Amino acid sequence: MTLLWIPLLSLLGSIISSMTGKLTRNQSTGLSLLMPVIALLMTINLAPAVFSGEEIRETISWIPLLGIDIAFRLDGLSLLFIFMILGIGILVIFYTRYYLSSNDSMPKLYAYLMLFMTAMLGIVMSNNVIQLWFFWELTSISSFLLISYWWQKSEARKGAIMALTITGGGGLALLAGLLLLGNIVGSFNLDVILASREMIQGHDWYEVALILVLLGAFTKSAQFPFHFWLPHAMAAPTPVSAYLHSATMVKAGIFLLARFYPVLAGTDTWFIIVSITGLTTLLFGAYIALFKHDLKGLLAYSTISHLGLITLLLGLSTELATVAAIFHIINHATFKASLFMATGIIDHETGTRDMRKLNGMWRFMPYTATLAMVAAAAMAGVPLLNGFLSKEMFFAETLHQQLLGSMSWLIPVLATIAGALAVAYSARFIHDVFFNGDPIDLPRQPNEPPRYMRVPIEILVALCLLVGIFPNFIVNDILKSASFAVLGGYVPEFKVTLWHGFNLPLLMSAIAVSGGLFMYTQRRHLYKFQDSLPPLNAKKAFDGMVYSTIKWCQHKINTIENGSLQRYLTLMFLVVLLFSGWPLLEMNQLVGQKPLTPIDVHNAVGAALLIIGAISTVIWYRTRMISLLMISVVGLMVSVAFTRFSAPDLALTQLTVEVVTIILLMLALFFLPQYSPRESSSMRILRDIGISATLGVVIGSICYALITRPFESISDFFLANAKTGGGGTNVVNVILVDFRGFDTLGEICVLGIAALGIYKLLINLPLFMPGSDSEGRPWAKERYPILLASISQSLLPLALLVSFYIFLRGHNLPGGGFIAGLITAIAFILQYIAHGSNWIAERLTINYRKIIASGIAIALFTGVGSWFFDKPFMTTWFDYFNIPFIGEIELASALVFDLGVYITVVGATLMILGSLGKLTANAPKEEVNI
Amino acid sequence: MELLYASCVGVLVFCGVFLILRSRTFPVVLGLTMLSYGVNLFLFSSGRLSLNSAAVLGYSEVYADPLPQAFVLTAIVIGFAMTAFVVILAIRGRADLGNDHVNGQVPENKKKGKV
Repeated sequence: MTLLWIPLLSLLGSIISSMTGKLTRNQSTGLSLLMPVIALLMTINLAPAVFSGEEIRETISWIPLLGIDIAFRLDGLSLLFIFMILGIGILVIFYTRYYLSSNDSMPKLYAYLMLFMTAMLGIVMSNNVIQLWFFWELTSISSFLLISYWWQKSEARKGAIMALTITGGGGLALLAGLLLLGNIVGSFNLDVILASREMIQGHDWYEVALILVLLGAFTKSAQFPFHFWLPHAMAAPTPVSAYLHSATMVKAGIFLLARFYPVLAGTDTWFIIVSITGLTTLLFGAYIALFKHDLKGLLAYSTISHLGLITLLLGLSTELATVAAIFHIINHATFKASLFMATGIIDHETGTRDMRKLNGMWRFMPYTATLAMVAAAAMAGVPLLNGFLSKEMFFAETLHQQLLGSMSWLIPVLATIAGALAVAYSARFIHDVFFNGDPIDLPRQPNEPPRYMRVPIEILVALCLLVGIFPNFIVNDILKSASFAVLGGYVPEFKVTLWHGFNLPLLMSAIAVSGGLFMYTQRRHLYKFQDSLPPLNAKKAFDGMVYSTIKWCQHKINTIENGSLQRYLTLMFLVVLLFSGWPLLEMNQLVGQKPLTPIDVHNAVGAALLIIGAISTVIWYRTRMISLLMISVVGLMVSVAFTRFSAPDLALTQLTVEVVTIILLMLALFFLPQYSPRESSSMRILRDIGISATLGVVIGSICYALITRPFESISDFFLANAKTGGGGTNVVNVILVDFRGFDTLGEICVLGIAALGIYKLLINLPLFMPGSDSEGRPWAKERYPILLASISQSLLPLALLVSFYIFLRGHNLPGGGFIAGLITAIAFILQYIAHGSNWIAERLTINYRKIIASGIAIALFTGVGSWFFDKPFMTTWFDYFNIPFIGEIELASALVFDLGVYITVVGATLMILGSLGKLTANAPKEEVNI
Repeated sequence: MELLYASCVGVLVFCGVFLILRSRTFPVVLGLTMLSYGVNLFLFSSGRLSLNSAAVLGYSEVYADPLPQAFVLTAIVIGFAMTAFVVILAIRGRADLGNDHVNGQVPENKKKGKV
């Protein structure tokens, strides 16, 4: 489980450092460094095995049915990236200690940084592409948090949103690409995908998958034309830029190209798209970098240009080009991170990053200047430094390609021009900042930074030098094993050496250096030329695009969603009609094979009453009281129908619910207008009749088709096991409290939630009680008739007794918790009607919310109880006992569960009606004029 | 009898949907209640219709399908809870918005027509 621990430690570090707010800065830094250092040591421990050609894998099965595992792997490429992520990460954490002012929250930045570190480690170690994508998106999110660290600044927020939009959008494309790859291969396991080169490249969808994956990589690695988010991301604190925008995040795109190189590369499509994109980005970035007056802007565009260089190398697809690409990944990370850190120091000490103001810094900070100059020289590709070696390899590779057919000679020429531009902007970095006269009104008097702030730069610059002078000694192993992983198990013979003799690449280097220096000396003319060009404002274009997209969406939303419920419902019913009506058209015969039963007189009368009731409800719907009375006829007939068709439990439930519903609706009508105005136009009515009649016909037909067909039911199981397994003869009740008790638990929860929702809705309700009925007649003086009061009071114990009986017999005969609960509730509601809620409140102080909660708790704990007997959740238990004088009785845990149901139903029903009823007693009497 | 039953379901759906499409809250609540009658009868009938065969063991030879019954039983209770919620929402809506139109406001031209 070593591999799993590497990202896990980093995540742990993130959590730990987020909690160091109370500690001193040194303690916070120390604690934060702990986890990544342990992870780095673990990686170093694993390195020899990887160098010897081993690939380490670890898999935890997660959703095997979907082929989703938590899978990690460690090969040469992963190892190289882990070293960069952890190594530079540790240096950045250390550096941040000195960079951040005491006003900024250090734990927050550390927590974000290490969250990002976790995400990066996840990307490079994933052995499952879905998992890889998950971490990929996590880098987008954590980099959003990091860029917007100084959230008070507008450019930080805008930069963060831009980065998230571009990289997040690319992430979606990547997901689509990875899903395609997974579908082509039939597995999301990276090992399987990497081994299926022929299958993928021979597939019809190869190009689509390739372009989608490339979109993901190019957006992340800021390739032209998606580059523009990177300069805007420079609004982040400089350590963040050093980490994300030089060494890690932007390299994630490169990593993706390298990771999928074995399966995606080697075709013309890859070759052309990747090389041309890389070449364009290389030239474009280098050119723009020359004109940036902001130090970080210069570095940002230089990064874009170097990422283009690596992409171009990977696009060229020769073995040595690939090795060169990997080598340049290492080199760029070292010199660019150190340059960003040096920029951070300059910014920290002077208060500005504008090169037009920064001059002559050599005098104030010679030591930092030396370090920065060495790193900048590496960036320019000066001999004895690492940048020189990989650039030399790059030049050599541009000579061996056929990208543009007979015009392929252009590539080395363009490469040399890009090299010259790199020399020019590096020269500007060195000369403009550290020499070139005196500083111009700096915000602060510059000094050398704290001693330890320079340590990370010293380490990185030392690496630049060591790699540059002893390349074989330092990077041979890692370079070989990483190339081995990228090239799919084959390493070409290569030797990185400082001196290759006088050859063409050396000449190109010489031209680049001298040309670059010349360009720098002539920079005034170049600036003048650049200023005369129309300004290229990517941010404006991006903002415009975002704005117009939002406007378009808003327009569409407003068209569809115009705020009219009637319209939504109409559309919804039309869709229902479409989906339910369509299959009917494809059916040959509506009536099935089941023999039909004859109509008897009872059924005919019942159906006639039901239909008359329903139609009358519609006809008199404007006179609300009458339509309410009519609908109660329908409800009554429905419960009669249940009785007739062998469902006594349903009949009892329907009957009791009907009583409660009608009382509730009458109560509601008290607060609502008594009549509906005539609003709908005749056309509207006709249309609505059309829709509802068609729907009625369709649903009726489906019902007819359904009940005239014979069927096989799973209910035989319940019938066979109700007595033996559930201990009850009323199968419906046994299903409710035993077989499908979990459903019932959910349902009483819904009931409780609805009741609580109603309780909240009725709080502070600005409601006025009408002083008279709708015809203007005053209410009866006697609010609580004595006759009703005395009868209902004497009925109460009787009703409770009945409900108790219904409850107890529920397991064996029609009844049970639901029905008994409703009967109890009705008995209490009758008291409310007869005496008013104030009278009840004097005698009975019950918190219905607590009743509901205790009901659900009883049901839940009956289910949990089975855990104590090592049985699954909600296993029921029953047995028979012989009690003297009473006889044999059955005790079942399901009865306790049913008690929970009972209590919840009582509580919820009384809460709903009681809360509303209370309003009638206490609302101020005033006429509402609406 | 099957035809009669299906017709009843059809009529309930027709009346329910028509009422739901009305413009004031109270008819909509009635429509929802009516539609839930229809839906409950429909779901119940998926166990097919049978006379004198309640699913209580030992009381008859053949038994009606108990599973749809159990589902419809909870559906009735939950249907009540939902009706209650909607009706209270309607009261609250009227109190807060000053009218009982389902769209939250009475259309302008209708208002003028009334005056």
